[in-house]
Amino acid sequence: MADESAKHLEVALVAAERTVWQGQARIVIARTTDGDVGILPGHAPLLGLLQGGTVQVRTVDDEYFVAAAPDGFISVANDRVSILAENAEMGHDIDLEEARRELDQALATGTDSTVDADELRLAEARVRAAEQTS
Amino acid sequence: MPANLRELRDRKASVSTIKKLTRAMELIAASRIVKAQQRAQAAGPYARELTRAVSAVATFSNVDHPLTTEKENPRRAAVLLITSDRGQAGAYSANVIREGERLNQLLREEEKQIVPYITGRKGIAYYAFRQREIAQSWAGESDNPSFAQAREVADALIEAFLTPTEEGGVDEIHIVFTRFVSMLTQRTDVIRLLPLEVVEGEEAPAADDVLPLYEFEPSAEEVLDGLLPKYVASRIHFCMLQAAASELANRQRAMKSATDNAQDLIEKLTRDLNQARQAQITQEISEIVGGASALADANAGSE
Repeated sequence: MADESAKHLEVALVAAERTVWQGQARIVIARTTDGDVGILPGHAPLLGLLQGGTVQVRTVDDEYFVAAAPDGFISVANDRVSILAENAEMGHDIDLEEARRELDQALATGTDSTVDADELRLAEARVRAAEQTS
Repeated sequence: MPANLRELRDRKASVSTIKKLTRAMELIAASRIVKAQQRAQAAGPYARELTRAVSAVATFSNVDHPLTTEKENPRRAAVLLITSDRGQAGAYSANVIREGERLNQLLREEEKQIVPYITGRKGIAYYAFRQREIAQSWAGESDNPSFAQAREVADALIEAFLTPTEEGGVDEIHIVFTRFVSMLTQRTDVIRLLPLEVVEGEEAPAADDVLPLYEFEPSAEEVLDGLLPKYVASRIHFCMLQAAASELANRQRAMKSATDNAQDLIEKLTRDLNQARQAQITQEISEIVGGASALADANAGSE
């Protein structure tokens, strides 16, 4: 317990075409299909599918941010946390107004096809991430 | 002679223009290769993490998934050709197409039916000209492939793979693409995409080792279900990025040799031009001299 302060998680938030964020964190909170899961240093190896599309991270410098990670998944092993999502994005990079507009549009289109449903989930995740950030 | 002179001058001018053009294309290709390589690098972490996760699931659980299961007695094989949209890249697309034909031959010998999928206009044109049937094709992004397109291709291929053979599905999927080894070497390569072989295992657990107990949320099957399609898309994206970099490298090389050839041609034309001009001058002088001496002779005769 003495070296508690030295313990941290190596977090990588990775999108398909770039690494969105990489750094050290104290805690990562993600919502998997089974519910919210908080990951602290020393967590058992875990592989989970994300649902709801947002991930919360508190860094070692006590900064807090929310990222949108629709349809992603999380893997934890040896204090390394990887969050993979094709369209991962940082919450503070998202324009809330614009995201809301896109969500309205997606809702209007409906969820008839899988593409539309994907878009709706993406829009929802972005709005949620932007809302939680601000 | 004057007509020839003008002709040579015109040809030289047109070759110079061509040279400028090919030189510009060479430079554009060169600058885009750097970007293509950066993109390939940027996509690396995603692919790496995904591979790690997939092999973790495969290694630490014994789940069979349709995408990893070898079908008995495969009869239909899909072949995805990754070609370029535009020409001016030397034998780039031709090489991929040739490799594809060789693979087709091989598959036919194993008595499998071939279902072609193609990206890139060059490949599509090749098949369309021969009036062969294409199962599905994509075009427009060969030198700058987006993940969205890779995903589209992956979705189509996975759907075909999961469809029973009798209903027009396929039993295996191969990709023919060009691997970017270095700026100088690009190799046409064939890989089998599906059924997946997950080989890059995390350090293989020793027999007496206690396996790290992975928790799966919600369950190993469902995690694999979600992961594998992403893994396939990431593999396809990787192939496309490699192909894009190779295409640009090929284009740069082809345009460099075109520029060099144009330069040679310009030098030769300049020499011909000078020779023709000199010949004309010589002729004019000899005509003048001839005229003068004829005049002198005539004058001498009259006096």
